[in-house]
Amino acid sequence: MAQSAAGVVPFLFFFYFSSVAIISSLLTVGLKNPVQSTVALLSTLLHVAGLFILMHAEFIAAIQIIIYAGAILVLYLFVLMLLDLKQTETIVTRQSQLALFFGAVLLCEILLALFQSPLGTQVAVQPAGEGLPLPYNNTESIGVALFTDYLLQFEIVGVLLLGGVVGALVLAKQTPTR
Amino acid sequence: MFVIGLVGVLMRRNFLIILYSIELMLNAANINLVAFSQRLQSHEGQILSLFVITIAAAEAAIGLAIIVVLFRRRATTNVDELNLLKW
Repeated sequence: MAQSAAGVVPFLFFFYFSSVAIISSLLTVGLKNPVQSTVALLSTLLHVAGLFILMHAEFIAAIQIIIYAGAILVLYLFVLMLLDLKQTETIVTRQSQLALFFGAVLLCEILLALFQSPLGTQVAVQPAGEGLPLPYNNTESIGVALFTDYLLQFEIVGVLLLGGVVGALVLAKQTPTR
Repeated sequence: MFVIGLVGVLMRRNFLIILYSIELMLNAANINLVAFSQRLQSHEGQILSLFVITIAAAEAAIGLAIIVVLFRRRATTNVDELNLLKW
């Protein structure tokens, strides 16, 4: 059944990844318990990585899993353990109606811009082997481009990371009490 | 996904969840970047998305450092109560 229509199976994958990513992101912002919210964020990140794989960006998918789901999420979990939050606040505040209204307006705008663009609404899947002019695989080609065309940006991001690390250290340093 | 993150940032009072929502918005932008990179058969979107992930990592670290410091002083993560700058 799936072999006859060559485009059905990737479409099913896309549908699964995107729908679960959206549901997980809704859970991330909607759950009361921060730990449950973190697990939902993990699920979101993993399904976004799946979407990256579908779009033939294996390197970005691997980076997403390693860095985002592996390092950043673990950092969040550490801080969560440190803070030891018992219960959070109520979700529906006087600001939530305004936030939802703005969110709905923005969503309509985005969808409008999407449907009126000349690219149309294409499923983010292309059949394998079609129109991939890159002679070598994804990681290698990204690496080559990174170190030749985008060397300046690469170095700047390195400096930025250094600044981030130093800043985090300075912020979290406890003044010695005598 | 971007709108969900945006609503999350505006609605939630817990600082940690606000950070999560920012990550959601960044992820949505990343999806967009990679999709266009595949559509236009170019590397640029993926390289930019790589930088976005890196910058998100740095921002998450700084944000967590901030919340740790704030928590030490006020013992709360509710942004409504973190109003030291209020006049």
